[in-house]
Amino acid sequence: MTAEQFVFVVAALITLGSAVGMVTSRSVFVGALWMIAVFGGVAALFILVGAGFLGIVQILIYIGAIAVLILFAIMLTPRVMGDPNAPRYNRQWPLVAVMTTGLAAVLTVLVLRTDWPLAQEGTPVITGFAVELGKGFMTTYILPFEVASVLLLVALIGAIVIAREE
Amino acid sequence: MQALDRLFISIGRAFNSFLSQFLPPTAVTVIGMFLSAIIISTFAALVFMFLTWLERKFVGRMQDRIGPNRVGPFGLLQPIADAIKMFTKELITPEGAHKVAYNLAPILAVAPVMMFFAVIPFGRDMVAADLDVGVLYLVALSSATEVAILMAGWASRNKFALLGAMRAVAQMLSYEVPLVLILLALVLMAGSMQLTELVAAQGVPFALLQPVAFLIFIVAAAAELNRTPFDIPEAESELVAGYHTEYGGMKFGLFMMAEFIAAFGMACLVTTVFLGGWRPWIIPLPSWLWFLIKAFAVLFVFIWFRGTFPRLRIDQLQAFCWKFLVPVTLLNVIVTGVVVTFFPIVRDGQIVVQGAGGWAVTTVVYFATSVVFGLIIAWLYRRPTQQALRQIEVGRPAARGLSQEVQAA
Repeated sequence: MTAEQFVFVVAALITLGSAVGMVTSRSVFVGALWMIAVFGGVAALFILVGAGFLGIVQILIYIGAIAVLILFAIMLTPRVMGDPNAPRYNRQWPLVAVMTTGLAAVLTVLVLRTDWPLAQEGTPVITGFAVELGKGFMTTYILPFEVASVLLLVALIGAIVIAREE
Repeated sequence: MQALDRLFISIGRAFNSFLSQFLPPTAVTVIGMFLSAIIISTFAALVFMFLTWLERKFVGRMQDRIGPNRVGPFGLLQPIADAIKMFTKELITPEGAHKVAYNLAPILAVAPVMMFFAVIPFGRDMVAADLDVGVLYLVALSSATEVAILMAGWASRNKFALLGAMRAVAQMLSYEVPLVLILLALVLMAGSMQLTELVAAQGVPFALLQPVAFLIFIVAAAAELNRTPFDIPEAESELVAGYHTEYGGMKFGLFMMAEFIAAFGMACLVTTVFLGGWRPWIIPLPSWLWFLIKAFAVLFVFIWFRGTFPRLRIDQLQAFCWKFLVPVTLLNVIVTGVVVTFFPIVRDGQIVVQGAGGWAVTTVVYFATSVVFGLIIAWLYRRPTQQALRQIEVGRPAARGLSQEVQAA
C-alpha cells in the first residue's frame, strides 16, 4: 500500500465513520458536530487528489459557514436543545424511507455504471488548479457561473427581506 | 550578511544531508516535514509565552502600573511560572457537560491557529508549505476556530458560556467579511493568492498603496481576534468570561494560547500582505529579523488598542461592521479593480512595474486613489459619525451635565 492509498483509506474511514455517527447520534447538536467531521474528511479527500483549492473551499464554506449556521440554528431552537429524549421519528418515516431507498438505488446504479478513468502511470499532477478553475469560470462556464451568482444574490436578499422587522 | 540571512536554511540543508547518509530520500522528506511542523508549533508556543509577558508589561505601563516584575529579570520568567501553575491545577469537568465535546474544544481551538504559520513566509525562501491558495487557506483556518468556540460554549452547559460563544461567533462571522474583501483587493493587485507572490509584488508595501484598506484591516483584525475594544465575547463585567467560563487549568490555558497565537498569526498576515513581509526596509538586517520586527510592531498596535479603548456594545459593534466596514470594503474592491486595470503591478506572474520611476508613479496613483476614496467615504458617512460622537458625549455624565447647562443658557 502506497502512502497515498493509506491516507485515502484513513480519510475515507473518518468520513464514513463520522457519517454513521451523524445519523445515529441522539442529540442533534452532537449530530451536527459529527457532520463537521464528515466535511473535514471530504476536504482531506479533495486535497489528496490534488484539488487543494476545493479542499480549502470545503473547509471555508462547509465548516466555517454552513456548519456554524446549523449549530446556531440548533442553539436557537429550544425544543431541540432542551430535550435529549425527544422522539426521533415522526409519522412521515415510511415516506422518507421509500425516498431515501430510491435515492440510494439511483446513486448505486450511477456509481456502478460510470467508467472511472484511472490516471496513467506518469500522468503529470494537476498544477495551478485554482488558476484553471478561475479561467474556466470566467470564459467557458461564464453563464452557469453568473446564473449561480444571481441565484445566491436572490437568496441573500430574500433572507434579508424575511428577517426584516415590519 | 548573506550567511546570516540564510542561516536557518543552511542549518536545514546541513541536517538533511546528514540524515540522507543513512536514510532513504522518502524518509528524509517525511522527517523534514514533521520537523518543520514541530519547529513552527514550538516557535508559536514560545511566542505565546513571550506575548503574555509583553502584553501585561505594556498594558501595565499604559495604565501607570509596573506589570509583572517578581520572577526573573523584568519579570521575564513570569510566563514559565504561569505555565507551571496552569499545568498543576486540577482539571475539572462540570457535571452535565458533554464530556467529549468539552475536552475536545480547547484542542480544536489551538490546532487551526498553529496551522496558520505553515504558509507564512518568515524570511527569504523560509516557508514551510508555499500553497498557491495561501490567502484562502488562512481565511479557512480562521473560520474553523469558530466551531471550537461553539463546541466549548455548548458543551459547558452554562448559560454564560453559551451566550459568550454565540456572541463570539456572531462577531467573528461578521468581521470576517470585511477582512476577506480587503484581502481580495490585495490579491487583485498581486494577481495571486500565494503569499510568497504577494511579498514579491510589494516593491512598495501595500500599506502605502492602500492606506485606507490597511487601517480598516487593522480594526477588523482586532475584532476578529476578539480583542479590546471588541472583546464583547469575554466581557468580564457581563459574561464572567464568555465561552471559557467553565474551563480551568491547562484547558483554559489552551484557549488563551489560541487567542494569543491567533493575534501573532494575524500580525504575521498583516506583515506579509501589507508591510512587505520579510523585505528589509532601508537597514540591511537579515530578512527573518525584519519580518519579526514588523510583526511585533503590529502586535504592539494591538496591545496599544487594548490599553487605550473602552469596550463597545454589541449593537454598536455589529452596526459598525455591516453598515460601514462591509460597504466600504466592497467599494474598495471595485475601486482597486479599476485602478489595477489601468496601472497593473503584476501581469501573468511577472512584475510589470519598471524601475524606481515606475514604482513612484504606481505608488502615487494608488495612494491618491485610496485617499480620495477614503475622503469620499468620510463625507458620505459624516452624519452617522457625528451621531456616534454625540452618543459617546452623552455617555459621559460630566459631559451630559455640561451640554444641559449649555442648552439652558
